[in-house]
Amino acid sequence: MSKNVLLCGVGGQGTILASKLMAAAAMDKGIHVLSAETIGMAQRGGSVTSHVRMGDNLYSPLIGRGQADIILGFEPGEVVRTLPFLKKGGLVTVSTRPVRPVTGSLTGTDYTGLEMINYIKSKVEHVITVDAVRASADLGSSKVLNVVLLGTAISSGMLDIDKNDIKKAILKKIPTKFQELNLHAIDYMQSHSFR
Amino acid sequence: MHKEFLMGNEAIAMGALAAGVHIVTGYPGTPSTEVLEAVSRRRTEQTYVEWSVNEKAAMEVAAGAAYTGARAMVTMKQVGLNVASDPLMSLAYIGVKGGMVVMVADDPGPISSQTEQDTRTFAAYSKLPLFDPSSVQEAYDMVQEAFEFSEKYATPVILRSTTRVCHGYADIDVKEQEQYSLTCPEGFVKSPNWVIFPKLSFAAHRRIEARNIEIGTEFSRYSRNLVIPASGICEGKRLGIATHGISFSYTMENLDKDNMPKLMKVTTPFPFPEDLAVSFLDGLDEVLCIEELDPVIERALTYVCGKYQLRVRIRGKLTGDIPSAGENTVESVAAALEQFLELPFSHNNSIDILDAPSLPSRPPVLCAGCPHRAAFYAVKCAVKGRKALYSGDIGCYTLGNAAPLDTTDTCLCMGAGITLAQGIGRMEPDTVCFSFTGDSTFFASGMTGIVNAFYNQANMTAIILDNSTTAMTGHQPHPGTGRTMMGEIVQKVSIEKILRAIGLETVETVDPLNLSAAIETVRHVSGKPGVKAIIFQSPCVAIIKPARAASISPDNCINCKKCIRELGCPGIVLENGKPVIDSTLCTGCGLCAQICPVHAIWGGAEHE
Repeated sequence: MSKNVLLCGVGGQGTILASKLMAAAAMDKGIHVLSAETIGMAQRGGSVTSHVRMGDNLYSPLIGRGQADIILGFEPGEVVRTLPFLKKGGLVTVSTRPVRPVTGSLTGTDYTGLEMINYIKSKVEHVITVDAVRASADLGSSKVLNVVLLGTAISSGMLDIDKNDIKKAILKKIPTKFQELNLHAIDYMQSHSFR
Repeated sequence: MHKEFLMGNEAIAMGALAAGVHIVTGYPGTPSTEVLEAVSRRRTEQTYVEWSVNEKAAMEVAAGAAYTGARAMVTMKQVGLNVASDPLMSLAYIGVKGGMVVMVADDPGPISSQTEQDTRTFAAYSKLPLFDPSSVQEAYDMVQEAFEFSEKYATPVILRSTTRVCHGYADIDVKEQEQYSLTCPEGFVKSPNWVIFPKLSFAAHRRIEARNIEIGTEFSRYSRNLVIPASGICEGKRLGIATHGISFSYTMENLDKDNMPKLMKVTTPFPFPEDLAVSFLDGLDEVLCIEELDPVIERALTYVCGKYQLRVRIRGKLTGDIPSAGENTVESVAAALEQFLELPFSHNNSIDILDAPSLPSRPPVLCAGCPHRAAFYAVKCAVKGRKALYSGDIGCYTLGNAAPLDTTDTCLCMGAGITLAQGIGRMEPDTVCFSFTGDSTFFASGMTGIVNAFYNQANMTAIILDNSTTAMTGHQPHPGTGRTMMGEIVQKVSIEKILRAIGLETVETVDPLNLSAAIETVRHVSGKPGVKAIIFQSPCVAIIKPARAASISPDNCINCKKCIRELGCPGIVLENGKPVIDSTLCTGCGLCAQICPVHAIWGGAEHE
C-alpha cells in the first residue's frame, strides 16, 4: 500500500510546510515516507512542487507521471501544469485564487484562474475546489491556506492519515503561537465545504 | 538508533557528525549548501564549522586540519570543485592523516548551475576514490564508511551526490550521540612528506597508481557495489542493467522485484570495481548503462570488455540509448528499460494537457523590493543613449538579464564579471564598461579581478551590489556580515577599505533605492578615467522587516504603465487593465514612487 501526494503552488505559499506536516503524521504511524521538493532559481514567485510518498517499497523520492493519488493545489494554473502526474481516478484539491505572474503584468494578459478550474474539471472527475479567500477571511488569516488544503484532502478520506494525526503533527512542528490557528483550520475544514 | 525525517544533505551532515568529524568547511552552492548548515545546527562540541571565502580556501583549511589527524569534511557544488581543484590535485599526491571527505554536489539538469559536469570524471582525473550514494539512508551510512576508507589509505576521498539525493527527504535510521565515534587527533607531526616537490610527486604518483588497483579490488567486495541476479521472466534473457545514484532508485522504482534483469549498481565508479564487473558481465549479451551526466560506467564496462575479451555489447549514452544531457526521471528510465528489455510497462496513462489554456509563465525574477532592481535601473538611466556593457556575475543579480531591466550582458563564473569587462573593454575602447558583483562573490573571487584591472590600467566601473548577505543560496554569512558559523560576532571586512587599499581613488557608496542620488553617482563616477567603484548598499529584502506597502491612487494614475514597463516588479500587477500594488508582496521600497511621472504612487519608504 502506498500513497503519493503532489503539492503544487507558487514559491512562498507554504507547500513545503504542508508536506512536512503530512510526513510527520505518517512517520508517527510507522509509515515510511520519501519526499522531495523542486526548488528552482526563484525563491518567490516561481512554480514549486513538493512530492510526498508514503508506504513500503518506495525508491524514488519523486512521483512518476500518472502516479499521484492526490494533487494538493495551491494555485489553479499550477495544478494544470502538474495534471500529468495524477493517477486515473485520483483526487484534485485546488484553491481557486490565482497568483498572477509578473510577465502577465508586462504583456497585459488577464489570467483569472477560472479558465484553469474549468479545464481541471473537464479532465478530472474528482475535484474539490477551495475558496481560499473566503476560508482565510473566515479564519482571520491568509497564512493557513496550506492547512486548509490539507484539511480538505484529509476529509476526502483518501489519505491513510486522519484529522488527529495531522493535529499531532501540528503540535510538534508549528511554533506554539500559531498552533491554535492551524488546529482551528483543520477542524473548520471538517465542517465547511467550499466546493 | 532512532528515526529522523532528513533531507539528503542533512543526512550527510549527521553521518559526518556520527563519524566524529572535527571540522567542516565549505562555500555555499546549490545543491550542497544544507550540509554545512545542518552541521552547524547539530554539531557536537568537538566540531568546528566555517563558511570559508571560497572553495579553494575551504579545501585548504580542511586539508590542514586533516594533516593533524583530525577528521575533516569540505562541502561545495560541482563548479566549486573547479575553484578548489588546484589544492585538491596536489593534495591527492600529499595525502592526509585524519580522514578527509570532499563532499561535492552535482546538478544534473542543470537546475541551478552553469555546467553539467560530472564529479565522477573528476575522481578519475585526480585519482581519488569516489562514493556515489543512491538514497538518503545510503548517504548517511556511506559518509561514515568514506571516512574509514580515507584513513585506511591516507587519502582524501570524494563523496559526490546529486540534487535528487541531496534534496530528497526520507525517514532514516540515525545514531544516538553516544554511538558517535569520537577520536582525539595526534597533532601535526613535521615531516618532509608534507612538502610537495617534483621528486616526491614522482614517487607519490607511482604509489597512487598501485594503490588504486588495490582499492579497485577492495571495492569489488564493498557491499554497496551490488550485482542482483536475474529472476522470473528475465532469467533466460542475457540482458543486464548497470546503474548508479538516483538512477538506481528510478530503475528499482520501475522494475518488478520478482522479474528482475541482472543488475549492477556501481557505488564507487573510481577506482572501478573490475572483478565485480567481470562477474556481472558473465553470461550477458547486452548491458544498458543508465547514468546521469557522463557515461562513466559505460566507458568502464566497455574497457573491461576489451581487457578481458568479453563479447558483451555495452549500451547507454554513447550509443544513443540514454539522453546525453539533462536529468533522468522515473519516466525516462521506464522508457529506456521498456525498449531494452522489450517489456511493456503499465503506467503510461497520464493526463495529456496539450489542449490546456495557456499557462501563466513564472520565470525567476528579482523579488519585489529587491535593491538590485534599483541598482540596475539607476545604471541604465545614467548611461542612456551610450554604448554600454553590463558584465554580470553569479548570484540573485544574474536575474538582471530579464526584461525589462535587461542589464546582464555576460555571466560566466564566480568573479568573471570584473575580468571579462576588462577584456571586452580592451577590444572596444568606446564602450562604457560596468561589472556587477555581489558582496559574497566579491570576497570569493572578485578582489583579484579588481587588482588586475587597477594594475593593468583598465578603464571600467566596478559595481558592488552589497546586500549584506549571500542571498541566492539562502542567506549565509560572509566576511562583510560580521557573523561566523560558530555564532561569533566579529569585525566586518569593509569592501570600501579593500577597494581603497588596492589604490582606487574613486569609491562611492550609495543607496540604490535613493534613485536620483544613485543615477547621479553613476553618471559622475563612470565619467572618470581608470578603474573606479560604486558600492550599492541596501540589505536584501528577505533579511529585513519590510516598510509599509506603497499604493497607487486610482484617481491620479494616468495608466501610462511606466512602473510596470520599466521596473518589472512582481509587486505591481494589472487589475482591470490598471496597475495596482499587491500589498502582500510590496516591501515599500519606494522605487516605483520615484519614477511615477504624475506622483500617483504613495506610501512606502521615504528616500529624498
